Amino acid sequence: MKYVVLVGAALATLAAALLVGPANLPLADLFGSPIVWQLRLPRAVLAFLVGGALGVAGASLQALVRNPLADPFLLGLSGGAGLGAVAAIALHLPGPWALPLAAFIGAVGAMALVYRLGLMGGAELDPRILLLGGVAVGAFAAAVTTALVSLAEATELRNAFLWLWGGFSGASWTTVLVILAYAPLPLGVLVAAARPLDLLALGEEPAQYLGADVRRLKQGVYLAASLLTAAAVAVAGVIGFVGLVVPHVCRLVWGRLHRTLLPTAFLTGGILLAAADTLARTVAAPRELPVGIVTALLGVPVFAFLLRRWTVS
Amino acid sequence: MDRELILALRGVTCRYPDAPRDSLVGVSLEVRAGEFHAVLGPNGSGKTTLVRAALGLVGPVAGRAEILGRPAGGWSRRELARVVGVLPQREDNLFPQRVRETVSLGRYPHLSLLGGMGAADRAAVERALVACDVTDLADRWLWTLSGGEYQRVRLARALAQEPKLLVLDEPTASLDLRHEMQLFELVRALVDAHGLGALMITHHVNLATRFADQVLILADGRAVARGTPADVLTRETAERVFAWPVSIVPFEGRPQMIPLRQRKEAP
Repeated sequence: MKYVVLVGAALATLAAALLVGPANLPLADLFGSPIVWQLRLPRAVLAFLVGGALGVAGASLQALVRNPLADPFLLGLSGGAGLGAVAAIALHLPGPWALPLAAFIGAVGAMALVYRLGLMGGAELDPRILLLGGVAVGAFAAAVTTALVSLAEATELRNAFLWLWGGFSGASWTTVLVILAYAPLPLGVLVAAARPLDLLALGEEPAQYLGADVRRLKQGVYLAASLLTAAAVAVAGVIGFVGLVVPHVCRLVWGRLHRTLLPTAFLTGGILLAAADTLARTVAAPRELPVGIVTALLGVPVFAFLLRRWTVS
Repeated sequence: MDRELILALRGVTCRYPDAPRDSLVGVSLEVRAGEFHAVLGPNGSGKTTLVRAALGLVGPVAGRAEILGRPAGGWSRRELARVVGVLPQREDNLFPQRVRETVSLGRYPHLSLLGGMGAADRAAVERALVACDVTDLADRWLWTLSGGEYQRVRLARALAQEPKLLVLDEPTASLDLRHEMQLFELVRALVDAHGLGALMITHHVNLATRFADQVLILADGRAVARGTPADVLTRETAERVFAWPVSIVPFEGRPQMIPLRQRKEAP
């Protein structure tokens, strides 16, 4: 039942994304228009996929580090991606894929660094070390990024900052296909880890007593969630809030078991981000708002309402 | 009748990395089906290490730890969870959860990767709820439970694993008298009714000697005494291990320990 509602809402969101836009198309022309097929549809689909990926990555990382404040970007990924992107701009790397690739490499580099920190001293990905290491690596990358930006020229600087705040204005079918080819593997790893993730919420030792191979679980989930986030940041920049709040909303509404949580977080994250992007490109048309601002404006009131329900029950 | 040997420790010695001394020295223990074993000893005497070694989380540097004849370290966590149910001392409750969900976690080692809970799994959960007398609580949120109810729910989760052996690490710490007695009676009843083996770490010397079939006393990682309560709990042993003068008096055929006052009462 919940999936019927969510899939319905997802389709409605995508349909709305096709209908509205600055180029005020008459309804009759809608299906023949290249604006719809080449701009609006791939953009909406990409926003949906990225939102879904962030929702799933956030849900799994919150379970992995056993901290409800965890967010896919907490582990240093946004810092690494930002550094990669700004470095690509500063170095004037050519081509449409230079920026996303550099951001992806930066994110994966930060991930590798944090992962390595998490293994230091024989610790097997201690969540506290992952969190602290992620914050430290992120801060360091942000410092280098700021240094690069402060040395750059004004237009480059504006590009860098706009890129960092995220958005889907560069979306195309190619990007959608790249994500469609890339995301199933990490998503599959996370879905397969759904039951052990339920156990991990009890703590590592209790999880082992209930049959979870905690070591392999932590490695698999950390790598899969980070790779998902790295891809999301590469195509859309840093979009906060979705990965933090969507999992909590889904837990409050549909329960905390990951077999339900991961699919609902995917659909809810996708709906939120596709809707937010539609608003971002229409409310102040022809200018665009950064989509991350809209996700926060939409999501925070809903979240506050649900938090009230949490405390009441 | 020869009962099935579930857990066997033979001269197990354990040392944590970088530790100055062994945490466990040459400890042996045999737990068979239908036996209730209690492990006593002061803080830091190696009780929890004993459990970790028995469950393959700490590899022995000498000796052997075997479950059903197989080295404890050779079991996958999933296989082991179908044979041994554990109540660890501590666990987190990160996200809100209801009692029936918690007990259902005990079925995880039995479920396939993508399959859901089947009728047999749900039946096992209901049986565990009934056995621990928590059926009435099944729809309650965990955080609304009292300490004693919570421990019974955790015991139900371990039972839902349908294990042959229950391992309980200080399950009655911070429980009041009634809940403490309820838990000991429940474990005893499960051992007798279902033929489970039970290994309980506890600080309650007098309840251990009244409920358990066998008692192991640890001090500084060594087994000071092992055997029936009457054989093990003597004044000499107790005073040495707990470093306090005591008197041992029998009650219903079991030795009970009374700590003695050191300072004379004012006249």
